[in-house]
Amino acid sequence: MSVKLTEEMLSALPDARGHFGAFGGRFVSETLMDSLMTLEKEYARLKKDPEFQARFDKELADYVGRPTPLYFAERLSRETGGAQIWLKREDLCHTGAHKVNNTIGQALLASFLGKKRIIAETGAGQHGVATATVCARLGLECHVFMGAEDVQRQSLNVFRMKLLGATVHAVEGGTKTLKDAMNDAMRDWVANVDDTFYIIGTVAGPHPYPLLVRDFQSVIGRETRRQALEKTGKLPDALVACVGGGSNAIGMFYPFLADESVELYGVEAGGLGIDTGKHAAPLCAGRPGVLHGNRTYLMEDENGQIAGTHSVSAGLDYPGVGPEHSWLKDIGRAHYVSVTDDEAMEGFRKLTRVEGIMPALETAHAVAYAIKLAATMDKDQTVVINVSGRGDKDINTVAKLEGIEI
Amino acid sequence: MSRIEGVLKALKGQGRKALIPYITAGDPHPDVTVDLMHTLVKAGADIIELGVPFSDPMADGPVIQLACERALVHGTSLRQVIAMVKEFRKTDDATPVVLMGYLNPMEAMGYETFADAAKDAGVDGILTVDLPPEEADEVAPLFTQRNLDAIFLLAPTTTDDRIRAISEHSSGYVYYVSIKGVTGSATINVDEVAEKVNHIHELTALPVGVGFGIRDAETAAAVGRVSDGVIVGSVLVDTIARNQADTDQLKRALTDLLHPMREALDSLAS
Ligand SMILES: Cc1ncc(COP(=O)(O)O)c(C=O)c1O
Repeated sequence: MSVKLTEEMLSALPDARGHFGAFGGRFVSETLMDSLMTLEKEYARLKKDPEFQARFDKELADYVGRPTPLYFAERLSRETGGAQIWLKREDLCHTGAHKVNNTIGQALLASFLGKKRIIAETGAGQHGVATATVCARLGLECHVFMGAEDVQRQSLNVFRMKLLGATVHAVEGGTKTLKDAMNDAMRDWVANVDDTFYIIGTVAGPHPYPLLVRDFQSVIGRETRRQALEKTGKLPDALVACVGGGSNAIGMFYPFLADESVELYGVEAGGLGIDTGKHAAPLCAGRPGVLHGNRTYLMEDENGQIAGTHSVSAGLDYPGVGPEHSWLKDIGRAHYVSVTDDEAMEGFRKLTRVEGIMPALETAHAVAYAIKLAATMDKDQTVVINVSGRGDKDINTVAKLEGIEI
Repeated sequence: MSRIEGVLKALKGQGRKALIPYITAGDPHPDVTVDLMHTLVKAGADIIELGVPFSDPMADGPVIQLACERALVHGTSLRQVIAMVKEFRKTDDATPVVLMGYLNPMEAMGYETFADAAKDAGVDGILTVDLPPEEADEVAPLFTQRNLDAIFLLAPTTTDDRIRAISEHSSGYVYYVSIKGVTGSATINVDEVAEKVNHIHELTALPVGVGFGIRDAETAAAVGRVSDGVIVGSVLVDTIARNQADTDQLKRALTDLLHPMREALDSLAS
C-alpha cells in the first residue's frame, strides 16, 4: 500500500472546497451555489448537533432495522475453499437495500431545513423507492426522475414508488439511464430551488453531497468493524463492495481507511468486458473529468463527451463515480476491479443457491469478485462482502436473460 | 482593450444596447454554422455566443438539449467549434465571439491547448456554465493571460457578496441569468429582473448582459431598458430546429426574429 492514512488526514477531507485531492469540488451553475453553500453550512452544524444525530440513530434502529447482521456464509466459504466469507446484510434494511440509510439522513436534513418538496434520481429504482418511502414516512412531496430505459428494466420498483405516493418522471433524453435522470433532477432543482431538497442517491454530485452521503452510509462500516471484532476477534482482511456511484462501498470502506491491514476492493460493472467498451467501469477504464458537479473518473470519448455505458444492472450503469473513490484509487488505498455481466449472473446464482440469499444484480458483482478473491486467500483470513441489496427487483431481468416468461 | 469591451463601450457611447444571439455550433449541421453566424451579424447581432455542444447539458432545457444532440450526431467537437470561429474571422474581425459551454470538453482537450487554440482562432470570451469562480483559479488565469474574457454567470439566488466576488473574476461583461430555471423554460418577470439588474449595476462597473427568457422584441426592449445587452437563445435554437431542412429559409427566419429585437432595442436609444 502506498499511503498510510491517519485519522487526522481523513478528518481533513474533503477540504473546505469539497476536494478530495484533485477530485470532488462544486461544478454547478450559479443558480445552485447559494443552496449548496447553505446546505454545507447547515449540515456542518447538524453533524455536531446531538438532537439531529439522536434522531438519525433512532430512525436507523427502529425504522431501517439496524444494526444489520454480519453473517458467516459457511457453505459458500466451504465451497470456495479459501478465506472465510462473511456477509454484511444491507439487503435486510427496510426497502431492501443500503440506500435507505442515506435517504433517512437527507430527508431529516430537508425537514430541519424546512423544505417540503423532495426530488431524487434513480437507476435501479432502489434509491427512488428508499426516497419515496421516507417521504411517505415524513409527509413530504416526492418526485423521482428515472431514465426511460430503467423504467422498463425496473418496472416493479416503479410500481412500488407509485404506491408510496411518489410521482415518477420517465426521462427520455440522452441515453435514458441514470446519468440522464440525474441531469433532469438537477434541472428540476434549478427551477424549484427555493422549496425543493434534492436527495442524491450516491456519493457523487457537488460538495457537500459526497460528504454527507458518505457520513450517512458509514454506519455500514462502523457496524461491520465492531461485529467483526466481536465475532472473529480481529479486523477483516478484505472488504468487497460493488461500485456504481460508490455509496455502499464508501459506507463500508470509510471506517476502515486508517486500518492499513484491511484491503479494500471496489467492484465495477465490466458489462460485456472492458475491452469491448460496453461497460460501466470508469475507475478501471476511464479518466478524470467533470460531470454532475464534481471532478472524478469518467467514461468519455476523446472530445470529452460522456460515453454511453452498459451493465446488466441498472444501479451500476453510470459513467461517473464518487470523487472520494477517485482519490482512493490514485493514492492506492483501494483496489478497483471489474466483473462482467456473465460473472455477476454466476455470482447471483451461487449466493442464491448456496446460502439462500438472493442478492441484487449490483451486489452480485461484489459476490462474484469476492469468491475469486477468497479462493486465493488462506482459511484463517476473512473477507466481508457488502450485500448492498436484495434481488427481488431483478427477477424480471434474470428471467429474461434465462429466456423464462413470468 | 478586448474586442468585447470595445464593442460594449462603443454601444454605450451611442446610448445603444447589445443584441447577443446564442446558437449551438454544429446545429443543424457543422457546415452551416459559420454561415449562420454571418446571418446573425447581418440581422443586427453585436456579439455572438456560440454554444459548444455537450452530451449532458444540465443547465439547458429541452430546446438546447436537442440542439446539442443534433450537433453531436455530426460529431461536432470543441476543436471543430474553434475552427468554425477561425473561418468566421476570415471575413469578420469586428464581431466578438464568446464560446459558451460546459467544462468537460475543455478539460478533455487540455486547458492550455484550448486557450491557445481559442486565442489563435479569434475567440474573445469564454463562458463555462458549470465553472463557478471558486473552481476557476487554475483555468481563468490561462484565459486572462491571453486576453480572453472570462465571463461568469450571476443568478437570482446570487448574494451581494458573491456578486462582488464574481464580478472581480469577470471581464468583458457579466451574464445575469434572469430566471430560476434552465434555458428556454419560464417567462421572465420584467419588474423583478429590472430591480436585480439595477442592483447589480450598483455592485459592479462591468456591463451586464441578461439572458434566459427573452423571446421577442417586447421582452428584449423591456430587459434592454435596464441592462447593457440582451442574450437571446432558445427562441433562435427552436427556429433552427423547425427550419433545419432548408438553410435559406432558416436564415430568413433567424433574420425575421432578430430584426424586430434590434429595432426595439435601438428605439430605446436616448
Ligand atoms: C442494491 C444496490 N447496490 C448498489 C447500488 C449502486 O450504488 P452505490 O454504488 O452508490 O452503492 C445500487 C444502486 O441502485 C443498488 O440498488
